[in-house]
Amino acid sequence: MEQIIILPIIIPLFFAVVMLLFWNKVHLHKYLNLISGLTSLIVSVIILSFTISYKIISLQVGGWVAPFGITVVSDLLSSVMVVITAIIGFSTALYSIGTIDNQREKYLYYPLLQFLLMGINGAFLTGDVFNLYVWFEVMLISSFVLLALGGRRGQLEGAIKYVTLNLLSSAIFLAAVGILYGIAGTLNIADLARKIPLIDQKELLSVVSILFMVAFGIKAAVFPLFFWLPASYHTPPVAVSAIFSGLLTKVGVYALIRFFTMIFTHDIGFTHTILLVSSALTMLTGVLGAAAQNDFRKILSFHIISQIGYMILGLALFSPLAIAGAIFYIIHHIIVKTNLFFVSGVVKRLKGSYLLNEVGGVYKYYPMLGLLFLIPALSLAGIPPLSGFWAKFVVIKAGLDLNQYLVVAVALIVGLLTLFSMTKIWNEVFWKDDPSGDNKNVNEMYESLTTTKKFMMYSPIVFLALITIIIGFYAEPFFTIANDAATQLLDSSLYINSVLGLK
Amino acid sequence: MTVVLAVIVGLLYGAGTYMILRRSLVKVIIGLIFLGHAANLLIFTIGRLIKGSPAFIPVGAETLSEPYADPLPQALILTAIVISFGVTAFAIVLFKRAYQTVGTDDLDKMKSTDELK
Repeated sequence: MEQIIILPIIIPLFFAVVMLLFWNKVHLHKYLNLISGLTSLIVSVIILSFTISYKIISLQVGGWVAPFGITVVSDLLSSVMVVITAIIGFSTALYSIGTIDNQREKYLYYPLLQFLLMGINGAFLTGDVFNLYVWFEVMLISSFVLLALGGRRGQLEGAIKYVTLNLLSSAIFLAAVGILYGIAGTLNIADLARKIPLIDQKELLSVVSILFMVAFGIKAAVFPLFFWLPASYHTPPVAVSAIFSGLLTKVGVYALIRFFTMIFTHDIGFTHTILLVSSALTMLTGVLGAAAQNDFRKILSFHIISQIGYMILGLALFSPLAIAGAIFYIIHHIIVKTNLFFVSGVVKRLKGSYLLNEVGGVYKYYPMLGLLFLIPALSLAGIPPLSGFWAKFVVIKAGLDLNQYLVVAVALIVGLLTLFSMTKIWNEVFWKDDPSGDNKNVNEMYESLTTTKKFMMYSPIVFLALITIIIGFYAEPFFTIANDAATQLLDSSLYINSVLGLK
Repeated sequence: MTVVLAVIVGLLYGAGTYMILRRSLVKVIIGLIFLGHAANLLIFTIGRLIKGSPAFIPVGAETLSEPYADPLPQALILTAIVISFGVTAFAIVLFKRAYQTVGTDDLDKMKSTDELK
């Protein structure tokens, strides 16, 4: 049974290899991509249900006993992340069929997407720090190519910043892995969780934890380290920005949560205070950056940063409720953010631009698109009863419980400013008249689309909007899962016993 | 030997940090390569340098006798070198394409994606 948890890594790999075998049959890639997305979705839901009933499932790859071999572990946090990855992978597969041009498809867009998903799933499921580094690299190299594919000026400039800062982060990560091994003599996460509390050199541990914090902070786009994100995320095609915005930064957040709940808890007053300050600044700078922008996708990019702040805030507060809130926030945010990028792509098709002053009047003839924008937008701002409200509510409640009034105030103000940005997009794109004077004015890029392509473009938006509504109106089970995941992280004995085969 | 390697690691980190802050694309690449090498050497040094005693269990013995060289850091470095080789190759091609498309290798002139419109 436990072999099933390696499937989210194997399935994308298998389909990518099949696609590469038929590299010149591009129309086949689309269907294979879709099938892969669907299978991953089914398998990941099965894994989640197994994980809920068996708590933690671990697999020793190749039969090498932990901590000597590579371990694949699925605890609740991992399996939830894998399910969301599959949801986003499937939606992006649909959306890509509707929007990706022939040229990119010919240059192996779909296999790259599969490799990206493989890297992300690997990072979520691995139970070994060095293995995590390898999965990060798998994910990064695919994302580098996806970002630069097409070779337009903006893409290449964005890619340079993205590649340079991510390589820098990898180098720091690698050095931190080396030092951690030198101190603890093991790289298995469960073994580390057991051995780190017994180590005397707390100062050295703090140094290593800061190295990890910086490495993951760059990937998660936390306050002083986020500048690559708004420079690059708005340059590739929308399908690519959407999957990046949903998943890539969240892998960094996942790694931060994993490391700073299970491994580095030796000096919470030091490490988690740094996280707390940086989370407040992340929220503020992100939302203020967005307020200045005039490009649909750039506004959304800056909002990724401000939302990352909420997740880090949950981790930094470090109470069971706060970490549950952070996990709930990740679930909500990935779905909402990807959806907003999808909507921005449809608007670009309709009106031919991402710039807010060049578009307008969409609501007049496409009221349903307006509604589909409003659901994720209001959810992002935290309007009840949508999913964002519960996510913000839990994190802020946890902050109030711990008397952290300053960061709570920042979080609330940032929520308001998010609403300001979303209403700005709403006013400019949907309500104001088209600048050409004719609201009927529709770009030929949209008119030339076949009905199938339009369906492929709208269906993932509707699908994700439905999930947002379900999480909003039926938040209880989602919160229970987030809460249980937080409990497993804070009391790692279950994880350790399962991986190391104790008892 | 450990001291020598530690000094080299420090020098590589210093040089890498300096190079990565330069405006020229080529120098940024060299800086990234330096930083990668520094990380690899750091792992190598931190794995403790022990000469002439491989991690083999001698005939007749049950366990390893101290001191023995830990093979794991070297396996880690090997993996890291392969990865950094691939990634650096990609980065060089990317930087070359960017140079051809943008027409400059000055990073300060590559800010069209950051400008407010």
